[in-house]
Amino acid sequence: MDIQRKLAILADAAKYDASCASSGSQPRDSLGGRGIGSTEGAGICHSYAPDGRCISLLKVLLTNHCQYDCLYCVNRASSNVPRARFRVEEVVQLTLDFYRRNCIEGLFLSSGIIKSPDHTMEQVVEVARQLREDHDFRGYIHLKTIPDASDELIARAGRYADRLSINVEMPTTEGLQALAPEKDESAIRRSMARLRLRIDDTREEARRVVPIRALPGAAPTAAKPPPFAPAGQSTQMIVGADATDDRHILASSATLYGAYKLKRVYYSAFSPIPDAARALPLVAPPLMREHRLYQADWLMRFYGFEHQEIVAAPDGLLRLDVDPKMAWALAHAERFPVDLNHAPREMLLRVPGLGVKAVERLLQARRVRRVRADDLRRLHVPARKVLPFVVADGHRPAAGAMAAAVPAAQPTQAALF
Amino acid sequence: MHVRLDDPIDLDAFRRHARQLLAGGVPPAQVEWNGERVAGRFDEANDAPPTPLVAGTPHAVPASFVALCGDVILHRDPQRFALMYRLLWRLAHEPSLRHDPLDADMLQAQLLAKAVHRDIHKMRAFVRFTRVVGDDGLERHVAWFEPDHHIVEANAPFFARRFAQMRWAILTPERCVEWNGETLAFRDGADRREKPPPDAGEQLWLTYYEHIFNPARLKVAMMRREMPRRYWHNLPEAALIQPLTDAAEARSQSMIDAPPTAARRIRAPIALHVRPAEGVAPADLGELRAAAHACRACPIGALATQAVCGEGPLAPQHMLVGEQPGDQEDLTGRPFVGPAGQLLDRAMAQLGWARDSVYLANAVKHFKYELRGKRRIHKTAAQREADACAHWLDSEISLVRPEGLVALGATAARALLGRPVAVQAERGAWLHERRDGRPVFVTLHPSALLRLADGERAEAYARWLDDLERARGTVAAASR
Ligand code: SF4
Repeated sequence: MDIQRKLAILADAAKYDASCASSGSQPRDSLGGRGIGSTEGAGICHSYAPDGRCISLLKVLLTNHCQYDCLYCVNRASSNVPRARFRVEEVVQLTLDFYRRNCIEGLFLSSGIIKSPDHTMEQVVEVARQLREDHDFRGYIHLKTIPDASDELIARAGRYADRLSINVEMPTTEGLQALAPEKDESAIRRSMARLRLRIDDTREEARRVVPIRALPGAAPTAAKPPPFAPAGQSTQMIVGADATDDRHILASSATLYGAYKLKRVYYSAFSPIPDAARALPLVAPPLMREHRLYQADWLMRFYGFEHQEIVAAPDGLLRLDVDPKMAWALAHAERFPVDLNHAPREMLLRVPGLGVKAVERLLQARRVRRVRADDLRRLHVPARKVLPFVVADGHRPAAGAMAAAVPAAQPTQAALF
Repeated sequence: MHVRLDDPIDLDAFRRHARQLLAGGVPPAQVEWNGERVAGRFDEANDAPPTPLVAGTPHAVPASFVALCGDVILHRDPQRFALMYRLLWRLAHEPSLRHDPLDADMLQAQLLAKAVHRDIHKMRAFVRFTRVVGDDGLERHVAWFEPDHHIVEANAPFFARRFAQMRWAILTPERCVEWNGETLAFRDGADRREKPPPDAGEQLWLTYYEHIFNPARLKVAMMRREMPRRYWHNLPEAALIQPLTDAAEARSQSMIDAPPTAARRIRAPIALHVRPAEGVAPADLGELRAAAHACRACPIGALATQAVCGEGPLAPQHMLVGEQPGDQEDLTGRPFVGPAGQLLDRAMAQLGWARDSVYLANAVKHFKYELRGKRRIHKTAAQREADACAHWLDSEISLVRPEGLVALGATAARALLGRPVAVQAERGAWLHERRDGRPVFVTLHPSALLRLADGERAEAYARWLDDLERARGTVAAASR
């Protein structure tokens, strides 16, 4: 099979994975090295597909042969999709070639499970090893790890990769048991715990190294401990393949963030796949629901919201017509309007339309003068959204303004699902 | 007054002029700045010899302002010099300005800087190199790009850092930059016709773009927001956008409509994770551990990482039983590795009691906690949870066969003795009440010592050490 055909099949197989980030690793560049590549903190989206998703990494599977039979997965053993398998060198060359064209920030490699978890993991690690050691590649590498792979292989993976991930796949244990009976949730959690401990240990060690002066007068240098996944670990769960509601999904995420210090939980709206298993809902993916989950996740990570307080509706679902912060504000009308000149930071962060940066600026401005309503315009925040919820000099919202803040005509749920 | 800058992005020249104007007390309204470079022709146009500048006294401004000027000057807006001078003037005359993050001029300057950053970022994203083999047989990577602002010089070092071992050039209508592997060289703008034709390898990239797109998730507006149309004509993959978009709906509908096919191959599920049958006593510690991992007899199990069973030698003199795993134990899967475990280690070391001579276990097998933000706060198991868990400890005891049991704390004591135990009253002695005949020694849990105030800890620790010493020395006698 020629490489074009393999690439087509193995990119097809990878397109359901939502993660794309290439940020947050250790800064490095290729000056003085033998190869190419750099990471400078923020990742770069080099292109966008018509599905609105960023293309930042070459995202492929090493092979889409798989011995497992997870119903939600296009690569499951019983599926009839065409199969292909890259040689290690082929993935290495593709990565370098796309990188030289400036099409990508690096590689995100995943794989179907062939022969055994260790056998598969070994191949995945070998791609990363060749890139790093043989080609001195200094771009970003994200490896999907196999939960049951041996400790030694995981340790090697973390040495070459910037980020490691293990997908929890389903938001609940029951969901996983129903759709992926061969996967074991507690094995997945144990692997995440393993990764977290190694990441923690490496950071701790790096903090502890004492710089040593080798020669009198020379600047002290410290032998850095070998890195382990400096950009941390992430995971993905599929939304909409089973009946789990948003409340439970967010609770799962909060548990994962708390227990394993994940950098990100990705939500991937289940979408129709070729040759789908009969047990699954074959409908267009709930993209708006996925979007709201990302917004809610953001509230937990940056705005001080606890997972229990985000979903108010008795059906356990996030509202589709307004964003979760707005929904929270509408459900807690008694806490508004918030006085921009006096409210504490935590409360300013809960005003719909005010982002973290805008809040910092308001706090800064407040120290030297009073805040007026027209200051909001200069802050570039959506005034129409913010004004009904705040009091400032020269502004007090009219009665009923909050309710009116909800945009009127919104696509209905039926149209979106 | 009219000021003419030779180079539209020469920050030093701007600073010299501005400093001089400020020193001369020239208000912003009286200065007309003209610094726009007309592509390529600028240098000849400036034939008048430059007037020698009197160095103005440098004025103290916030460091962030100099950085801001460095960004703003790269913007194409001809008004940018006037804006920056006005800001400088106002910084010198209005002391309150530096503390006002909402000032209109300041925000305008930040807006320009932001547009420049965005342009820099988009150039990093959307430059596409094409492989070109020169007459000398050397390989180069060449790109054609059209930035919005004067960013080529500022952005070139990024590409040098990234593509250090590659010879490359970026051509733009205003400035071109070339890297030979060692230094950056700049020259005037190039003509669009110098854009290199696609090379043979480009098709792979197009194949990738076509197949990483999921037709069931069409979101063209989102794509356009991040990758505006004006960049498309220089992005090879953009030619695919229209055909992919047009075909998307039919493709996803056909996936939905397709009749299910017979499974490619049928096989029995793979059993990598064997779960022991319920109700059957585990035959060894491995089975015990696997069964406990899967236990959901109480709500704790569903939230923890794993069941933490004990560790140590079989048939030891002592089995020490604690309360419940904590955060570290939950992550590592080993008992007594957190702060309380470290205190126990210290105590045992002081007594010359080897940790690996005892079997260490917990009464409750899973970690119970409450989430506060991103932290897990330990919570003590409720009685019914401890009761639901008791049989695991019993199985563990009968598999390990210790001579005596040391209960650390009330939860362990209750689990071992089957009745509520007042630890302070019953500590320090061997009790002979277990049905299996093994004696139980009761003392404090090390975490109780950690919770004490500093003043009380030393004495309590000494007494706890006494207890442990007694337990250690007399088990053989006590168990007979
Ligand atoms: S704590 Fe004990 S009873 Fe509860 S789930 Fe874990 S093993 Fe089972």
